[in-house]
Amino acid sequence: MPHQQTAGPTRRQIFEARQRRKSLVIASASTITVVVALIVLVPLAPGWSKVQQSFFNGAVLAKSFPKLLDAFMINVMIFAWSAPAIAVLGLLIALARDAKSPALFPLRIFGAAFTDIFRGVPVILTVYLIGFGIPGLGLPRPWNSPYIWGSLALVLTYSAYVAEIFRSGIDSVHKSQRAAALSLGLSERQVMQDVVLPQAVRNVVPAQMNMLIALQKDVSLLSFIGPVEIFRQAGVFKSLMANFTPYVGAAIIFLIVTIPATRYADYLMARQMRERS
Amino acid sequence: MAKIELRGVVKRFGENTVCDGIDLDVSEGEMVCLIGSSGAGKSTLLRCINLLEPIEDGAIFLDGQDISVPGLDPQAVRARIGMVFQSFNLFPHKSALENALLAPRRVRGQSRADILPEVEALFARFGLADRMHNYPDQLSGGQQQRVAIVRALAMRPEVMLFDEITSALDPQLVGEVLDVLLTLKSEGITMVMATHEMGFAREAADKVCFLKDGRIIEEGPAAKLFDHPQHAETQAFLARALK
Ligand SMILES: Nc1ncnc2c1ncn2[C@@H]1O[C@H](COP(=O)(O)OP(=O)(O)OP(=O)(O)O)[C@@H](O)[C@H]1O
Ligand SMILES: [Mg+2]
Repeated sequence: MPHQQTAGPTRRQIFEARQRRKSLVIASASTITVVVALIVLVPLAPGWSKVQQSFFNGAVLAKSFPKLLDAFMINVMIFAWSAPAIAVLGLLIALARDAKSPALFPLRIFGAAFTDIFRGVPVILTVYLIGFGIPGLGLPRPWNSPYIWGSLALVLTYSAYVAEIFRSGIDSVHKSQRAAALSLGLSERQVMQDVVLPQAVRNVVPAQMNMLIALQKDVSLLSFIGPVEIFRQAGVFKSLMANFTPYVGAAIIFLIVTIPATRYADYLMARQMRERS
Repeated sequence: MAKIELRGVVKRFGENTVCDGIDLDVSEGEMVCLIGSSGAGKSTLLRCINLLEPIEDGAIFLDGQDISVPGLDPQAVRARIGMVFQSFNLFPHKSALENALLAPRRVRGQSRADILPEVEALFARFGLADRMHNYPDQLSGGQQQRVAIVRALAMRPEVMLFDEITSALDPQLVGEVLDVLLTLKSEGITMVMATHEMGFAREAADKVCFLKDGRIIEEGPAAKLFDHPQHAETQAFLARALK
């Protein structure tokens, strides 16, 4: 019997649709149960009213939120100039570490030392040392600004990590690509620039996205050397209002930015996994 | 003077001698096939000719010029010798056309507009006109390998090296790639190829070399080598290969 194209869905499609509905119902039911339990049970805890008063205070949140948002713009600003600097410096360090010609040997040593040092020291320490140390040399304004030196500390630390990720990307490009490019008469430099790097960079985009997200959060470390960014601003409100809710507000603002970014990075990662397999 | 002359070429990887004193002449316009079992050193020999591997001893001449002198800039030599690989090795981030344009632009410094007509004509000649703008992962194996050949030809090489270029292809795609080789042969381009396609070697090669353990055990015109192999080892190999 010839195969007949029927108008409606096939048996299989009907079956799968029913399966999907069933899992959706089960997932929703269990989620609702957990959420309701939390809402009902947590307030029954003896200290709840106190916690609610000092961490989830609607009035305090409403009052501090706009100022927190303003302060967050400082985070965004520091992020916006640090991120491109990190990308460039990270790539240069990665290339320096893989330099082959003997004339560039000092560069390799430098690259290796750089990544070892800045990956080996806690970010906050680097921020302190550079952020207080360099202006301490008695530089004139505006060169004593903690914005400059704090950002530099972030750039140096993050470049070290980003460089290692770029290197893993360069390693991930198969040797045969190099052979093919060389066989066409391209120079080592052209092979790197036209064939290896474009693939390497693309391979590490998801990993670098995660570095960006981490950087966005670590910008707050600069609060320890001066800039009144969101974390510091929340601290000011906390002292002023004797209430911790501004910190919760700050956390909410971070999550509004980082959750979509994290989801996107995961999506890129998953897509790459699919493409590789 | 032959186009390519190998004299006592020795190549080692550590203790492992992979080319053990190879002598070979390839005349202008000649098609030479290298046959032999896996690990015989066919790929390595081709890579040595293209200076992708430095040799330990012996010499390689291209048009009488020693291209194996240590310290010689390999780029100029490689630009004159095209190579096609078993695994295609197209650049996955570039379209077929951009794959072929890269080397003429970068190495010969030609402008895109200058070479575009010539390269487009190459694509058209090998039945790829409507595939030019596809990326490698949108092409079949046979198409990818033809693009790889076009990419090498875009440099107007004097010699082409082919390393088992049909081994990674589905059987029904082998023919379209071998046809390209026949076209090139009819145009008189000098070719050296490693191959497991005995039928093709017999039909198309001017000269066939049988390699074993890094040595050329026997060489001669295709018909002679296939029909009347002199050495026991050649006979044994052919008996297995033609079974
Ligand atoms: N880069 C390398 N480093 C170390 N050993 C190598 C390298 N390339 C090849 N060899 C060795 O050299 C020998 C010859 O390899 P080659 O690839 O030239 O053989 P082949 O004749 O092309 O074989 P096949 O038919 O499988 O392609 C093998 O023993 C292989 O392990
Ligand atoms: Mg091989």
